[in-house]
Amino acid sequence: MPKPLVEFGNKRMILHQIEALAAAGVTDIVLAVNYRPEVMEKYLREYEEQFGINITISIESEPLGTAGPLKLAEETLSKDDTPFFVLNSDVTCEYPFKELAAFHKSHGDEGTIVVTKVEEPSKYGVIVHKPNHASRIDRFVEKPVEFVGNRINAGIYILNTSVLKRIELRPTSIEQETFPDMVKDGQLHSFDLEGFWMDVGQPKDFLTGTCLYLSSLTKKGNKTLSSPTLPYVHGGNVLIDPSAKIGKNCRIGPNVTIGPDVVVGDGVRLQRCVLLSGSKVKDHAWVKSTIVGWNSTVGRWARLENVTVLGDDVTIGDEIYVNGGSILPHKTIKANVDVPAIIM
Amino acid sequence: MSLQIPHRDKSNGTTGTTKAVILVGGSSRGTRFRPLSLDVPKPLFDVAGHPIIWHCLTAIDKVPSIQEVYLIGYYEESVFRDFIKDSSIEFPNLSIKYLREYQALGTAGGLYHFRDAILKGRPERLFVLNSDVCCSFPLNEMLKLSQEKDAEAVILGTRVSEDAASNFGCIVSDSHTRRVLHYVEKPESHISNLINCGVYLFSTDAIFPSIRSAIKRRTDRPSRLVSYPSSDNLESSFMIDDDDDESRQNEVIRLEQDILSDMADSKQFFVYETKDFWRQIKTAGSAIPANALYLQKAWQSGSKELAAPAANIIPPVYIHPTATVHPTAKLGPNVSIGPRVTIGAGARVKESIVLEDSEIKHDACVLYSIIGWNSRVGAWARVEGTPTPVTSHTTSIIKNGVKVQAITILGKECSVGDEIRVQNCICLPFKELKRDVANEVIM
Repeated sequence: MPKPLVEFGNKRMILHQIEALAAAGVTDIVLAVNYRPEVMEKYLREYEEQFGINITISIESEPLGTAGPLKLAEETLSKDDTPFFVLNSDVTCEYPFKELAAFHKSHGDEGTIVVTKVEEPSKYGVIVHKPNHASRIDRFVEKPVEFVGNRINAGIYILNTSVLKRIELRPTSIEQETFPDMVKDGQLHSFDLEGFWMDVGQPKDFLTGTCLYLSSLTKKGNKTLSSPTLPYVHGGNVLIDPSAKIGKNCRIGPNVTIGPDVVVGDGVRLQRCVLLSGSKVKDHAWVKSTIVGWNSTVGRWARLENVTVLGDDVTIGDEIYVNGGSILPHKTIKANVDVPAIIM
Repeated sequence: MSLQIPHRDKSNGTTGTTKAVILVGGSSRGTRFRPLSLDVPKPLFDVAGHPIIWHCLTAIDKVPSIQEVYLIGYYEESVFRDFIKDSSIEFPNLSIKYLREYQALGTAGGLYHFRDAILKGRPERLFVLNSDVCCSFPLNEMLKLSQEKDAEAVILGTRVSEDAASNFGCIVSDSHTRRVLHYVEKPESHISNLINCGVYLFSTDAIFPSIRSAIKRRTDRPSRLVSYPSSDNLESSFMIDDDDDESRQNEVIRLEQDILSDMADSKQFFVYETKDFWRQIKTAGSAIPANALYLQKAWQSGSKELAAPAANIIPPVYIHPTATVHPTAKLGPNVSIGPRVTIGAGARVKESIVLEDSEIKHDACVLYSIIGWNSRVGAWARVEGTPTPVTSHTTSIIKNGVKVQAITILGKECSVGDEIRVQNCICLPFKELKRDVANEVIM
């Protein structure tokens, strides 16, 4: 399953992004990929129709870094003079495209990058502004030893088409080549992100990102969340697809996503986990900090925890314990996985 | 079970009686059985629904020529009072008495000390059973061999793997005549994989003189050479053994070290090799394989005590009549549930002993573990040991290069919080576990 098609909060990652882009008035979307996205075509055609937009797939025959693919898609991006959004497909947040576009227009320079506040800036590339300027970027400091700021690149940008002139068709890094070049000319601004932000490319972050997303739904009073007054809902932030079946005497939550056609047995305990579509958790199992892949089965009295990830169609036997196991698709696990491991 | 009446082929034609002694040890000997022996003397620990020595008595009761059984050890008198009272009703053909040593005299020393009581009524033969073994006790077969060979001694032997053999007393025998040619306790090198099961049948005419001469040798040469135990003892546990202190005392005469190797020179010493199950009940964790073996034996013999198989009962399972098990809980195989235990809805218990007054809450999972008296296992908790191979004679395993107990044991009145996981741990009494633990001794 290509990452953009993975359900995040019961909605494909790419659909979260397309929805937000369409709502901001975007009419053309380019998907820059480096693999043949045959499985994606079907979904993309569906979304084109649903949102009245054009989706173009741009395939790199060789890796072009983070800036090269923009050059590759120059034709679509420079159809008119309006600026274009760039987003990293692994990033989740409350995509602020409208506000971003308005801010970008207001300063009139070539580019704006969305930034998010982090607690430990020393782990990231930090943005430093020009003295006495709230948004114009002065420089980037990679993994600063001393505190220089706490805003980092959130992987979402809006750029004028003129930026494409700065990029050559070769493997190029937007962060290390294009942006510093724009900064030199005083052409790059930052835009502060409201609310949560997470790069969900890694399973651990995918789980954390899901918690943040569910919390934001709760905060907004989203009606698709299960009511905390339901007997099995524990601690809130529980999102259950209407087609899922939940057994008797379960305790579910907090921070649980249950996908379409999932079957949860009796006496099951779920917390901080994602059950993807068609999966099955049998009676009395205990699942925490785990992603249960599509059509996978978790046995009775099994216990999964510590960022365990089950691929597609995995079977975990009855009474089995898995501690931080990454289980590849179609595997059947019949013995405990006591220490974190990849099971091929 | 039909048993043939023992007969003697000797010319004098008298039918001699047989007595039995069960060596029960004493409180200072139970250290390897901690934490369970902190609350109950090991011989009275319940395995497959009955005290360990009940299983010995059941076997003894099947030998028609035995009317008298002595328990010899150095526990206080009161320890066995109730057990003897109950057993006298259950085994009306047996007279059961406890003979208390006031100090540890060793397995042979104890026998010798009580020789007058034992020899009263002039029994011809004497069974001696170590209480810390679990086996089918083929006593009638041993008796038959003894009579056929007119043996001075018959020892029960079993075959183990070559690796395990050096942890036990090793027997070299003549495969044809079954005569014991050589006996050595815990040899450093490989001698034989036929080992001593700790069950003996002695001719009374032979055993007591043999012990007497061992005592005489000891007195003549007080600072004897102690045979050192094997350097890598498989069964050493988390508590330091007290064997060494004991053997320094001169009074101590042990059957294994001091008597058997001499008897092997007598030409009238034979081995009965059992093909049936045999395990030592040494560490607390070894109660789990013993429980499984005794339950399987009861199941095969069609015992009415066991729970009837059902969708949620995988036999063999013993459930005390006063226990409450929720119909959605799944038990077995090889599970013993003690008096007044409560097993909640959707709980799972497998290969485990749950001792009296304990509670396993709903959806909890207990595997390869012993849950001590009056303990609590919370909802969705997981208390888990690691299965050891059927042929293994050890209850410890190597995890991350460290030796840990395979079986998880909760001592008396422990509690495991809801959703907590406990794996390969020994938990001393009265502990409250609120976080996940693995491979630890919780003091």
